Amino acid sequence: MANGWDNGRMALEGSVDLKLANYDKDGIEIVDVEGEIDVYTAPRLRELLIDLVNNGHHQLIVNMEKVEFLDSTGLGVLVGGLKRVRAHDGSLDLVCTQERILKIFRITGLTKVFGIYDAVDDAIAARKSER
Amino acid sequence: MATVEVTFSPLAAHVRTARLVAMAVARRSGVAESLLDEVRLAVGEACSRAVEAHQARYPAEPVKVALSDEAGRFEIEVINTGSLAPGEAPGRLPGAAAGDLAGNKGQDGPAMPRDGGAVPPGFSLAVIAGLADDVQISETGGGTSVRMSWPLAGPLVAGPPP
Repeated sequence: MANGWDNGRMALEGSVDLKLANYDKDGIEIVDVEGEIDVYTAPRLRELLIDLVNNGHHQLIVNMEKVEFLDSTGLGVLVGGLKRVRAHDGSLDLVCTQERILKIFRITGLTKVFGIYDAVDDAIAARKSER
Repeated sequence: MATVEVTFSPLAAHVRTARLVAMAVARRSGVAESLLDEVRLAVGEACSRAVEAHQARYPAEPVKVALSDEAGRFEIEVINTGSLAPGEAPGRLPGAAAGDLAGNKGQDGPAMPRDGGAVPPGFSLAVIAGLADDVQISETGGGTSVRMSWPLAGPLVAGPPP
């Protein structure tokens, strides 16, 4: 069941600019992200990732299937999260099939840094196979 | 004169507004639907970069965005007060390839932006270079201009709707 991390707010055009939720599945913490990750909203994702790592969650999967927009600030937050979990021999994988989001990972070469999967179950299976 | 000009105070919250305006004007100008995501990301990167520059040095000065459609291209110019940051050079774009980006080298080779939400100087410009096929960066009388353009797909839609 998702914890109460939903701190999305109404924005222009009545859409939610960022919603965050997290839950445990098979010992891995799943972070569901919905909306836009940009210079304005990225600090909230960063706070969540830092909080999770500080609370001992070092195996993370960020589900970006409902992310509508991601810029370099958001990339910085994800990389920051990756560096934090790696400091604890952990992992941070991504779930994303949207071409518009995958493009920025390709442009920046970060497809070589993150494990990017088509579904949460695929990411969990891949992570468990490496244990 | 630009088709649309937007001036906003250097707050992160306004970057989304600038993106929405740019998308609307690009669509109306005739930019192909397949390019609109690139336009949205590129103008967002340029505005984020400008906002961060102003917040550091010129918090009272507005960021300017000019949108125009001329000579078969849709052009966006984002202007901020002040010169380029160290690591950013006029007329020289950082490489968009991973190994060329500034920042920490990851274990696997590609560069990584720094932690804390900040990215290394030139990172935003590198992303823009990967998105727009025509990018010009210049310092102009007390300001910095990031100009980028995309081809228009069809005839301009300048008049009122039928």
